[in-house]
Amino acid sequence: MKTVKSAFKFHGGVHPQYNKELARDKAIEPIPLPKTLAISMSQHLGAPAKCIVKPGEHVAKGQLIGERNGFISVPVHASAAGTVKAIESRQGPAGSWADAVIIETDANQAETPPVLLAPLDWKTATKDELLARVNDAGICGMGGAGFPTSVKLSPPPDKHCEYLVLNGAECEPYLTADFRVMLEHADKIRIGVEIMRKILNGPAVRIAVEANKPEAITALEKAFADIDGNVEIVVLPVLYPQGSEKHQIYAATKRLVPPGALPIAVGCVVENVGTVAAIADAVTNGAPLVSRVTTVSGDGIVEPKNVLAPIGTSYADLAAFCGGEHEGVRKVISGGTMMGFNVPHLAIATTKTTSGLLFLTEKNIFQYSSEPCINCGRCLRACPMQLNPAGISRAVEADDIATAEHLGVMNCIECGACSFGCPAYRSITHLCRRAKNSIRARMAAEKAKAAAAKKV
Amino acid sequence: MTAILTAIAVIAAVGAIAALALAIADKYLAVQEDPRIGLVTAALPGANCGGCGFAGCGDYARALVEGTAAPGACAPGGEAVNAEIANILGVAAAATERRVALVKCCGTRAEAVRVGDYNGICDCASAAATAGGDKGCRFGCLGYGACANVCPKHAIRIEDGLAIVDKRLCIGCGKCVAVCPRRLIELVPAKATIHVLCNNPVRGPEVTKVCGVGCIGCHLCEKNSGGKEAGHFTFNGFLAKVNYENPPTDAVLVDKCPRKCIREDAHFETGH
Repeated sequence: MKTVKSAFKFHGGVHPQYNKELARDKAIEPIPLPKTLAISMSQHLGAPAKCIVKPGEHVAKGQLIGERNGFISVPVHASAAGTVKAIESRQGPAGSWADAVIIETDANQAETPPVLLAPLDWKTATKDELLARVNDAGICGMGGAGFPTSVKLSPPPDKHCEYLVLNGAECEPYLTADFRVMLEHADKIRIGVEIMRKILNGPAVRIAVEANKPEAITALEKAFADIDGNVEIVVLPVLYPQGSEKHQIYAATKRLVPPGALPIAVGCVVENVGTVAAIADAVTNGAPLVSRVTTVSGDGIVEPKNVLAPIGTSYADLAAFCGGEHEGVRKVISGGTMMGFNVPHLAIATTKTTSGLLFLTEKNIFQYSSEPCINCGRCLRACPMQLNPAGISRAVEADDIATAEHLGVMNCIECGACSFGCPAYRSITHLCRRAKNSIRARMAAEKAKAAAAKKV
Repeated sequence: MTAILTAIAVIAAVGAIAALALAIADKYLAVQEDPRIGLVTAALPGANCGGCGFAGCGDYARALVEGTAAPGACAPGGEAVNAEIANILGVAAAATERRVALVKCCGTRAEAVRVGDYNGICDCASAAATAGGDKGCRFGCLGYGACANVCPKHAIRIEDGLAIVDKRLCIGCGKCVAVCPRRLIELVPAKATIHVLCNNPVRGPEVTKVCGVGCIGCHLCEKNSGGKEAGHFTFNGFLAKVNYENPPTDAVLVDKCPRKCIREDAHFETGH
């Protein structure tokens, strides 16, 4: 095992103000169990889980409440013992609506023993057993996109995983949840790595951490000191969006993921460090994924913290646990400031992908109105995907989606680097997202049309 | 002098040859176009709105004459134009009815709760993609004017955060129906005068939380219009819908609606 400095810097990128000092020294703190939990059936990328409980039913912690519904889907478990009050449509952090199971938690949690899966010894368990466990425990990517982990870990038969890349970059401002997990649960990450290595037939491991987290690097070095095989900790330069899957692969292995392809196309699998720790828990303790670490931070919260909260905790409960809001909060963001979602109200509940909750006051937000593009080219220099954001944004403004598509808008990762540096305050990322949405809608319509034509 | 004469002669010769070539081409390479295409094009209103599904009036006329399209798709022209086209083509005129767009929402800024300040791109689809839009009601009109921007007749205006269709200008082309991310615009018969201006099918208590004029599905309109047998209204979840096959005409329904979401035409047809 050795620690190396990444020699490969991707094109573009920006340096937002990180503001991580607010919560970086706060140890992970579990939140007292909230009175109600709203557990969404759509916490991951892909098909929402199929709800299998009814209102009035009593559930135990860890009990399955949503079944996997399709290949790209993950099961959902109850985060605490309690009674199902209702199954209703709730708004998720990203603004979309999905069915959620509302659970009124029992005051005495000890009465109902949690439902655990049988603990496995990763050394003796077979590959298939481990993979099945990752699926049964409801694990999906905890970095933000929420891609089902078991799908990532079962590459198509003609592809071989050569590199397992652990994503510990956490390049989003304010967020320190992954940092705390690396610092406090490095041993779990190690077990998770061993399990994943076994599932993926022993790939080389690259643990990618940004250089601004030296404590995490030291903790990982200690935990991985006696590991055998090809394992390296790659220290990445501090640059946003270093945590993007494709850019991380480049920084760690110098491989470029082709447009529209998944990392497995270049023999890589990327997992967030939090996900890896969750895999270790699922295998060694048989614990399904029912809680996660969320950073509650920003200048609008009294006491920024890294909170271990059950999935389904409302944002209002998180805020209350952190001492409540300061006067004058103007914006609440779920996730980081660069790619997070604006939250319209605090009744929204956490999901498996909620990495942060930020409360920002007037001082830290910026109200602007967009002006015409001045052709300065700053967005071209900032775009990590080497696109032409200026051209794309102008095309979308003129409703010329075809030109935007021609300019490669579908490769946009919506990192926000273009909007971040734009001196004309143009909402370039927002325009790209609009183009992507309309292209996706058109593709779906074409697909439906083709399917209908086939039937006739 | 000779040079000038030579030039005149050469130009005249070139002109004569070209004229001859054109005359021959006109005779032997002529494309026989059905004269009815011209007649039908002339009969169509020439709005080129695309509402029939073709690129413009000329394209539609060609399709009509070739028999790949049926008469009756021209909404702006209405019955008169369709009858004329049927006459030219020698087919029976399909019965058509003028249809106009109806925005099924009446949640103005005063009535509908806004849950946030949206200062992004002024476009409905973009607003809907940002935390689901700033309107508390996820079925209601966002009021950023995507429909008004595509309307070829400028028949839609945004007033108090709400799209309003001027029925007199609307040609029923349906462009607004396609562009609305909330899918709340519908083409309805122009002769119907009573409408339910709400698109929210969820339970009453949830509707009242986000809108002062949202339909709660209380069925009072049905009762006041002669009961279920009369069939003036249909229900989708907790949302009343006018049955446009058999629309109600009694203006008293407007006053009787406890949520004030049943409106008469006159209310939203005030013009510019």
